[in-house]
Amino acid sequence: MSPRAACRLERLGFDRVYDYTAGIADWKAAGLPVEGDAAPAQRVGDATRPDVPTCEPHEPIADVQERTARAGWDECIVVDCERVVVGRLRGRAWQTEPGTTAGDVMEAGPTTVRADGLLAPLVERMSRRGTSLVVVSTPQGELLGVVLRAEAERVLTGEPAARIWRDCEGCPGVWAAPPSPSA
Amino acid sequence: MTAAIDRAELRRLTASEDAQIVDVLPEREYAESHIPGAINIPLGSLDASSVSVLRRDKPVVVY
Repeated sequence: MSPRAACRLERLGFDRVYDYTAGIADWKAAGLPVEGDAAPAQRVGDATRPDVPTCEPHEPIADVQERTARAGWDECIVVDCERVVVGRLRGRAWQTEPGTTAGDVMEAGPTTVRADGLLAPLVERMSRRGTSLVVVSTPQGELLGVVLRAEAERVLTGEPAARIWRDCEGCPGVWAAPPSPSA
Repeated sequence: MTAAIDRAELRRLTASEDAQIVDVLPEREYAESHIPGAINIPLGSLDASSVSVLRRDKPVVVY
Protein backbone atom coordinates (compact mmCIF):
# COMPACT_ATOMS: atom_id res chain seq x y z
CA MET A 1 0.00 0.00 0.00
CA SER A 2 2.73 2.48 0.94
CA PRO A 3 4.64 2.25 -2.40
CA ARG A 4 1.45 3.36 -4.17
CA ALA A 5 1.02 6.20 -1.72
CA ALA A 6 4.61 7.29 -2.25
CA CYS A 7 4.18 7.20 -6.01
CA ARG A 8 1.02 9.28 -5.78
CA LEU A 9 2.70 11.87 -3.56
CA GLU A 10 5.47 12.22 -6.11
CA ARG A 11 2.93 12.75 -8.87
CA LEU A 12 1.37 15.44 -6.70
CA GLY A 13 4.65 17.31 -6.68
CA PHE A 14 6.42 16.19 -3.50
CA ASP A 15 10.07 15.65 -4.30
CA ARG A 16 11.34 14.11 -1.06
CA VAL A 17 9.20 11.07 -0.41
CA TYR A 18 10.36 8.05 1.57
CA ASP A 19 8.70 4.72 2.12
CA TYR A 20 9.09 3.05 5.52
CA THR A 21 8.33 -0.32 4.00
CA ALA A 22 8.51 -2.34 7.21
CA GLY A 23 5.76 -0.15 8.67
CA ILE A 24 4.23 -0.08 12.10
CA ALA A 25 4.76 -3.81 12.73
CA ASP A 26 8.51 -3.22 12.63
CA TRP A 27 8.15 -0.11 14.79
CA LYS A 28 6.25 -1.99 17.48
CA ALA A 29 8.60 -4.96 17.35
CA ALA A 30 11.46 -2.62 18.22
CA GLY A 31 9.64 -1.69 21.41
CA LEU A 32 8.98 1.87 20.32
CA PRO A 33 5.93 3.72 21.60
CA VAL A 34 2.76 4.13 19.59
CA GLU A 35 -0.27 6.37 19.88
CA GLY A 36 -3.86 5.29 19.49
CA ASP A 37 -6.86 3.95 21.32
CA ALA A 38 -6.11 0.23 21.16
CA ALA A 39 -6.61 -1.52 24.47
CA PRO A 40 -3.42 -0.97 26.43
CA ALA A 41 -2.52 -4.63 26.98
CA GLN A 42 0.85 -4.99 28.64
CA ARG A 43 3.57 -5.86 26.21
CA VAL A 44 6.94 -7.50 26.68
CA GLY A 45 8.53 -4.09 26.10
CA ASP A 46 6.76 -2.74 29.19
CA ALA A 47 8.82 -5.06 31.39
CA THR A 48 12.08 -5.03 29.46
CA ARG A 49 15.20 -4.08 31.39
CA PRO A 50 17.60 -2.37 29.01
CA ASP A 51 20.38 -2.21 31.59
CA VAL A 52 21.44 -5.87 31.46
CA PRO A 53 25.24 -6.16 31.23
CA THR A 54 26.64 -6.99 27.81
CA CYS A 55 29.98 -8.04 26.43
CA GLU A 56 31.52 -9.07 23.14
CA PRO A 57 32.75 -12.62 22.42
CA HIS A 58 36.45 -11.72 22.43
CA GLU A 59 36.43 -10.30 25.99
CA PRO A 60 38.19 -12.25 28.76
CA ILE A 61 35.64 -13.97 30.97
CA ALA A 62 37.29 -12.67 34.15
CA ASP A 63 36.79 -9.06 33.08
CA VAL A 64 33.21 -9.71 32.07
CA GLN A 65 32.44 -11.49 35.32
CA GLU A 66 33.81 -8.64 37.39
CA ARG A 67 31.82 -6.07 35.43
CA THR A 68 28.66 -8.15 35.62
CA ALA A 69 28.94 -8.69 39.38
CA ARG A 70 29.70 -5.03 39.98
CA ALA A 71 26.46 -4.12 38.19
CA GLY A 72 24.56 -6.50 40.47
CA TRP A 73 23.75 -9.13 37.87
CA ASP A 74 24.66 -12.79 37.54
CA GLU A 75 24.04 -12.96 33.80
CA CYS A 76 25.54 -11.20 30.84
CA ILE A 77 24.32 -11.07 27.25
CA VAL A 78 26.94 -11.54 24.55
CA VAL A 79 26.48 -9.28 21.53
CA ASP A 80 28.47 -8.61 18.39
CA CYS A 81 29.74 -5.20 17.34
CA GLU A 82 26.27 -4.29 16.03
CA ARG A 83 24.58 -5.34 19.26
CA VAL A 84 23.10 -8.46 17.71
CA VAL A 85 22.58 -11.13 20.37
CA VAL A 86 24.98 -14.04 19.92
CA GLY A 87 25.03 -15.70 23.31
CA ARG A 88 24.41 -15.72 27.02
CA LEU A 89 26.72 -16.14 30.01
CA ARG A 90 25.46 -17.58 33.27
CA GLY A 91 25.99 -20.30 35.85
CA ARG A 92 28.88 -22.59 35.00
CA ALA A 93 30.19 -20.25 32.34
CA TRP A 94 31.69 -18.19 35.15
CA GLN A 95 33.70 -21.11 36.54
CA THR A 96 36.28 -21.26 33.79
CA GLU A 97 40.02 -20.88 33.46
CA PRO A 98 41.54 -17.42 33.32
CA GLY A 99 42.21 -16.47 29.74
CA THR A 100 38.96 -17.98 28.52
CA THR A 101 36.90 -15.59 26.43
CA ALA A 102 33.18 -14.97 26.59
CA GLY A 103 32.79 -16.53 23.17
CA ASP A 104 34.44 -19.77 24.37
CA VAL A 105 31.91 -20.47 27.09
CA MET A 106 28.73 -18.66 26.11
CA GLU A 107 25.50 -20.47 25.36
CA ALA A 108 25.25 -19.64 21.68
CA GLY A 109 22.06 -18.51 19.97
CA PRO A 110 19.77 -17.99 22.95
CA THR A 111 16.03 -17.83 22.48
CA THR A 112 14.79 -14.27 22.13
CA VAL A 113 11.33 -12.72 22.22
CA ARG A 114 9.89 -9.58 20.63
CA ALA A 115 9.04 -6.42 22.52
CA ASP A 116 5.55 -6.17 21.00
CA GLY A 117 4.47 -9.62 22.21
CA LEU A 118 1.92 -9.87 25.01
CA LEU A 119 3.54 -9.94 28.45
CA ALA A 120 1.09 -12.17 30.33
CA PRO A 121 1.50 -15.30 28.14
CA LEU A 122 5.28 -14.88 28.21
CA VAL A 123 5.36 -14.73 32.01
CA GLU A 124 3.07 -17.73 32.14
CA ARG A 125 5.45 -19.70 29.87
CA MET A 126 8.45 -18.59 31.92
CA SER A 127 6.74 -19.70 35.09
CA ARG A 128 5.80 -23.09 33.65
CA ARG A 129 9.37 -23.73 32.48
CA GLY A 130 11.08 -22.26 35.53
CA THR A 131 12.79 -19.58 33.43
CA SER A 132 13.84 -16.47 35.30
CA LEU A 133 15.16 -14.40 32.38
CA VAL A 134 14.48 -14.08 28.66
CA VAL A 135 16.27 -11.96 26.11
CA VAL A 136 14.31 -9.35 24.14
CA SER A 137 15.52 -8.37 20.69
CA THR A 138 14.35 -6.64 17.52
CA PRO A 139 13.36 -8.80 14.53
CA GLN A 140 16.88 -8.14 13.25
CA GLY A 141 18.34 -9.62 16.44
CA GLU A 142 19.58 -6.43 18.11
CA LEU A 143 19.43 -6.57 21.89
CA LEU A 144 16.71 -4.47 23.53
CA GLY A 145 17.09 -5.89 27.03
CA VAL A 146 15.81 -8.73 29.16
CA VAL A 147 12.64 -9.63 31.00
CA LEU A 148 13.13 -10.88 34.57
CA ARG A 149 10.18 -13.00 35.56
CA ALA A 150 9.95 -11.73 39.14
CA GLU A 151 9.82 -8.15 37.97
CA ALA A 152 7.50 -8.87 35.05
CA GLU A 153 5.02 -10.44 37.48
CA ARG A 154 4.99 -7.16 39.39
CA VAL A 155 4.43 -5.23 36.16
CA LEU A 156 1.43 -7.46 35.47
CA THR A 157 -0.06 -6.57 38.83
CA GLY A 158 -0.04 -2.94 37.78
CA GLU A 159 3.10 -1.64 39.44
CA PRO A 160 4.83 0.95 37.29
CA ALA A 161 8.00 -0.50 35.80
CA ALA A 162 10.02 2.58 36.63
CA ARG A 163 9.37 2.09 40.33
CA ILE A 164 10.22 -1.60 40.24
CA TRP A 165 13.55 -0.97 38.58
CA ARG A 166 14.37 1.85 40.96
CA ASP A 167 13.66 -0.30 44.00
CA CYS A 168 15.48 -3.44 42.95
CA GLU A 169 18.72 -4.19 44.66
CA GLY A 170 21.79 -3.79 42.52
CA CYS A 171 20.03 -1.86 39.78
CA PRO A 172 22.22 0.82 38.30
CA GLY A 173 19.53 3.28 39.28
CA VAL A 174 17.40 4.67 36.57
CA TRP A 175 15.42 2.57 34.20
CA ALA A 176 15.58 4.11 30.73
CA ALA A 177 12.17 5.23 29.55
CA PRO A 178 11.10 3.96 26.12
CA PRO A 179 12.86 5.99 23.45
CA SER A 180 10.88 8.75 21.81
CA PRO A 181 10.42 8.58 18.05
CA SER A 182 12.83 11.43 17.54
CA ALA A 183 15.48 10.28 20.00
CA MET B 1 12.11 7.78 -7.33
CA THR B 2 10.99 6.94 -3.79
CA ALA B 3 13.65 5.67 -1.40
CA ALA B 4 12.76 2.74 0.82
CA ILE B 5 14.01 3.43 4.33
CA ASP B 6 14.36 1.51 7.55
CA ARG B 7 13.47 2.42 11.11
CA ALA B 8 16.80 4.08 11.86
CA GLU B 9 16.53 6.33 8.83
CA LEU B 10 12.95 7.23 9.72
CA ARG B 11 14.07 8.31 13.18
CA ARG B 12 16.93 10.29 11.72
CA LEU B 13 14.66 12.07 9.25
CA THR B 14 12.14 13.02 11.93
CA ALA B 15 14.82 14.15 14.38
CA SER B 16 17.08 16.11 12.09
CA GLU B 17 14.90 17.11 9.13
CA ASP B 18 11.50 17.42 10.74
CA ALA B 19 10.08 14.82 8.37
CA GLN B 20 6.32 14.42 8.20
CA ILE B 21 5.06 10.88 8.79
CA VAL B 22 1.96 9.83 6.90
CA ASP B 23 0.06 6.67 7.84
CA VAL B 24 -1.82 5.60 4.71
CA LEU B 25 -3.71 2.77 6.39
CA PRO B 26 -7.49 2.93 6.81
CA GLU B 27 -8.79 5.28 9.49
CA ARG B 28 -9.80 2.46 11.84
CA GLU B 29 -6.30 0.96 11.87
CA TYR B 30 -4.76 4.38 12.37
CA ALA B 31 -7.09 5.00 15.32
CA GLU B 32 -5.98 1.76 16.96
CA SER B 33 -2.28 2.52 16.80
CA HIS B 34 0.11 4.65 14.83
CA ILE B 35 3.62 6.03 15.05
CA PRO B 36 3.60 9.10 17.33
CA GLY B 37 3.16 12.25 15.33
CA ALA B 38 1.93 10.48 12.19
CA ILE B 39 -1.04 11.95 10.39
CA ASN B 40 -3.59 9.78 8.66
CA ILE B 41 -4.29 10.10 4.96
CA PRO B 42 -5.76 6.76 3.88
CA LEU B 43 -4.54 5.68 0.48
CA GLY B 44 -8.04 5.89 -0.96
CA SER B 45 -8.33 9.55 -0.12
CA LEU B 46 -4.79 10.61 -0.95
CA ASP B 47 -5.27 13.39 -3.49
CA ALA B 48 -4.36 17.03 -4.11
CA SER B 49 -6.88 18.19 -1.56
CA SER B 50 -5.94 15.85 1.31
CA VAL B 51 -2.20 16.44 0.93
CA SER B 52 -2.65 20.17 1.34
CA VAL B 53 -1.95 19.64 5.06
CA LEU B 54 1.61 18.57 4.22
CA ARG B 55 4.53 20.92 3.80
CA ARG B 56 6.34 20.60 0.52
CA ASP B 57 9.65 21.83 1.88
CA LYS B 58 9.98 18.94 4.34
CA PRO B 59 10.51 15.23 3.69
CA VAL B 60 7.46 12.99 3.74
CA VAL B 61 7.65 9.41 5.01
CA VAL B 62 4.77 7.08 4.24
CA TYR B 63 3.98 3.70 5.75
